[in-house]
Amino acid sequence: MRVFPLSGRVLEMKKYAFKLPEAKHVAKRADLISTISEGNAVTVSAAPGNAMTFPRLLEKHAAARGDRPAMREKDLGIWQTTSWSQVRAEVEAIAGGLAALGFKRGDCLAVIGDNRPRLYWSMMAAQCLGGIPVPLYQDAVAQEMVYVLQDADVRFAIVEDQEQIDKLLSLMPECASLSHLVYDDPRGLRKYAQPQLMGYERLTAMGRAFNATHPGFFGDQIALGKPDDIAVMLYTSGTTGKPKGVSHTHAALIQTANVLVAFDGISENDDLLCYLPMAWVGDFLYSYGQSYVTGLCLNCPESTDTVMECLREIGPTYYFAPPRVYENILTQVMIRIQDANPLKRRMFHYFMDVARRVGIRVLDGKQDIALMDRVLYGIGELLVYGPMKNVLGLSRIRVAYSGGEAIGPDLFNFYRSMGINLKQLYGMTETCVTVCMQKSGDVKLGTVGPPMPGVEVRVAGNGEVLVRSKGMMKEYHRQPEASKSVVNAEGFFLTGDAGFFDTDGHLVIIDRAKDVGRLADGSLFAPKYIENKLKFFPYIKEAVAFGDGRDQVTAMINIDVAALGDWAERRNLGYSGYADLAAKPEVYALIAECIGRVNVDLAADPKLATSQITRFVILHKELDADDGELTRTRKVRRNIIAEKYAVIVEALFSTVEHCEIEAAMKFEDGRSGVVRADLKIGVAKIQASDQATSVARKAA
Amino acid sequence: MSANAMPLDANLHRREIGSVILALENISLAFGGVQALSDISFDVREHEILAIIGPNGAGKSSLLNVINGVYHPQQGTITFKGEKRHQMNPHKVASQGVARTFQNIALFKGMSVLDNLMTGRNLMMKTGILQQALYWGATQREELVHRARVEEIITFLEIESIRKTPVGRLPYGLQKRVELGRALAAEPTMLLLDEPMAGMNVEEKQDMCRFVLDVNEEFGTTIVLIEHDMGVVMDISDRVVVLDYGKKIGDGAPDDVRNNQAVIDAYLGVKH
Repeated sequence: MRVFPLSGRVLEMKKYAFKLPEAKHVAKRADLISTISEGNAVTVSAAPGNAMTFPRLLEKHAAARGDRPAMREKDLGIWQTTSWSQVRAEVEAIAGGLAALGFKRGDCLAVIGDNRPRLYWSMMAAQCLGGIPVPLYQDAVAQEMVYVLQDADVRFAIVEDQEQIDKLLSLMPECASLSHLVYDDPRGLRKYAQPQLMGYERLTAMGRAFNATHPGFFGDQIALGKPDDIAVMLYTSGTTGKPKGVSHTHAALIQTANVLVAFDGISENDDLLCYLPMAWVGDFLYSYGQSYVTGLCLNCPESTDTVMECLREIGPTYYFAPPRVYENILTQVMIRIQDANPLKRRMFHYFMDVARRVGIRVLDGKQDIALMDRVLYGIGELLVYGPMKNVLGLSRIRVAYSGGEAIGPDLFNFYRSMGINLKQLYGMTETCVTVCMQKSGDVKLGTVGPPMPGVEVRVAGNGEVLVRSKGMMKEYHRQPEASKSVVNAEGFFLTGDAGFFDTDGHLVIIDRAKDVGRLADGSLFAPKYIENKLKFFPYIKEAVAFGDGRDQVTAMINIDVAALGDWAERRNLGYSGYADLAAKPEVYALIAECIGRVNVDLAADPKLATSQITRFVILHKELDADDGELTRTRKVRRNIIAEKYAVIVEALFSTVEHCEIEAAMKFEDGRSGVVRADLKIGVAKIQASDQATSVARKAA
Repeated sequence: MSANAMPLDANLHRREIGSVILALENISLAFGGVQALSDISFDVREHEILAIIGPNGAGKSSLLNVINGVYHPQQGTITFKGEKRHQMNPHKVASQGVARTFQNIALFKGMSVLDNLMTGRNLMMKTGILQQALYWGATQREELVHRARVEEIITFLEIESIRKTPVGRLPYGLQKRVELGRALAAEPTMLLLDEPMAGMNVEEKQDMCRFVLDVNEEFGTTIVLIEHDMGVVMDISDRVVVLDYGKKIGDGAPDDVRNNQAVIDAYLGVKH
């Protein structure tokens, strides 16, 4: 079988020159800062949005392009459009309703649900009233919401449906301040008699009545808003400890959005599908923020299951997704190609080879391409790439971003070779995402690009990346200590990421600084780097590497059921479910082979040769955010996993061949149970490089 | 969400159990020497969820088929919406607002979900086959109305993503949901569900329970269902009728039935 990402050149990621990772502590003194990025201390001057707030932008669009589409939503199978002037009227009604209920300036409004226009408008309504929208992850279980609701002292919530209302009602005893719950979809809620509940229609009806008796109220409230007011509070996913509420001002968000607009020429003619969690800074800035800054149209999919279909129907011109979304698309393409007839399959593979050879150079506008290759690529575009992009809904893409995690080189190249301008960016909630971004036409694999205009990036002496820009957060909500501790004397934000600038001034991110550890023999251990290499295989969904303070490196693997299920089917390998498939000896052999390849790659780097993975286990269950093993943005919570599966970790570092484990598991309905399993421990092939011999001996 | 909340009559929203909509009196049904049902009487009230339970072979599906008009009982009368008769006829029953799903899914496997749901509207289509073939004027307008209704059901059952998928390619749990959708497409006042949760996993069962409750609440549909999962039955039904060997041995609120000695004996067996 040929799967694109396994094509030999899989793991040619740029080797990194890691700088002195001895200190695990965070650099707080300016004198630790050694490297300063080249000439990127430019600030975007006098951007038109400087005195702007989001509500004023709404007024501006309603006046300037009142009839243009502001939002589309697929309803009963048909895309329905809302114009800017309609949005303004709707926002005014919501704001009136909230005001009538006693919403005051500075109040927080919790917004929970999938990407629905009414939820986006509610955020705007809160901002118009000088309040602070607090979007929450819609798939969080009730208990995870308690902290945020208490921390932000939320009194008002506008949520999507019964599911969210049920969660909030169950939290009423703990969140005493929660007094008004508004729901969008009344389904299943008609019998609820709680006095706090109210439907969206009733809220807006109240609002219209309120606005009729208080003419000018809405406009006055908008006029009261200042750019330095807090525009939104986004809670960090909390890989470590409690989540922190990151407060951003209107000025910072609008400034950052303007930088992006200038960087990639985003305009009101762009189309965007919003399907990322509303609580993620990526959605807030790249969907909500961009739409208000440029006046472009946001498209809300029918449901989370129809995103792919909606993508095809809308054909967005601008797209932002974490790598796993790109990976899902690729996996689906590969599965379908294998089901296609032999002629199509051969055509696909032939032209993908052509694309791999020349596609990226074509995209980058290079001149030195042989005529024959150009012709072949043109034919490929006609026969393969074009139709495929069309089916995937990517044919109108001008620019696509990948962020949140490192993206696999083969995955990245697949899209770029087809002519999709996919770029990696780097940032975090605290910096309004945008710190570094690859420039169109100048994309270097394995890097996240040079710093954005207006953003100063430095690498401290201990290898930590430091950032200073106008897009910085104002503070962590109610945590002055934490807010101070992440900024150094010069006003640089300490990202906690370890990285370095390559010779061209592109930033390379290696790992979380505090996760970088050492093996017992003192050699470097960068778990995330190893895990990413593993995850670049389509069969591996998640990986957790262990090794800090140990004499060897081991890994815990989560297989990708979609990709491996298909693989198994082709081999007539029957399986009943995830756990069964994960335990198959054939699957173990396949994963061992993948790990073997990673080891080959690691062995090539003298610094990392000792980090080769000796033993591994395929977990019997998928790591899940509901069980606290991943964050809501699907990042691995290393410590929690190490604690929870301590038995497995011990077994990995011993010589036993299997281990028994009992793990608590939460089902999607909120109930929990215990899953018992007997896991086999796999042994991977170690590359005998000079540096690795000691490890190899240990493994043997 | 929202804009697509179903345009229903406001008076359907309150769901109060009303007067008797269907009454069975002394129904007996035999297949040759096999007495499937003997002397069964019970009634179904408007807007209620009534569960029929009983061990295997107790006559549950036969009873549903009697209500549905597929089987004709040798004895007894059926009163549906005030009209009394000895036997029903499936076509007439359907046009009077009774829809059903089957124990073994009975969908058109090669057709898309959308088309399957459209067949549920068949009884309501007025234009003839010739007009439909031309798809013009009245036919087109009519189809748009039906399609809009079907789209509402698709949203209601959260099957947007499989709208155009052939039913045969769907997993079992989803096929069950599509079948419920087809029954709903007929806008029934009474819905007969034959083991809607059979063969489903816990999550699918929960989803299905929610759909059954929502149908009852949103549309005010009276629901008669056969189910083996006691947890489900006790949770969602207003009333439970228990059959054993073709006889009715219990009838009442879930809690009463749970404590009924005859029912306990039928399920757990008795020492002789």
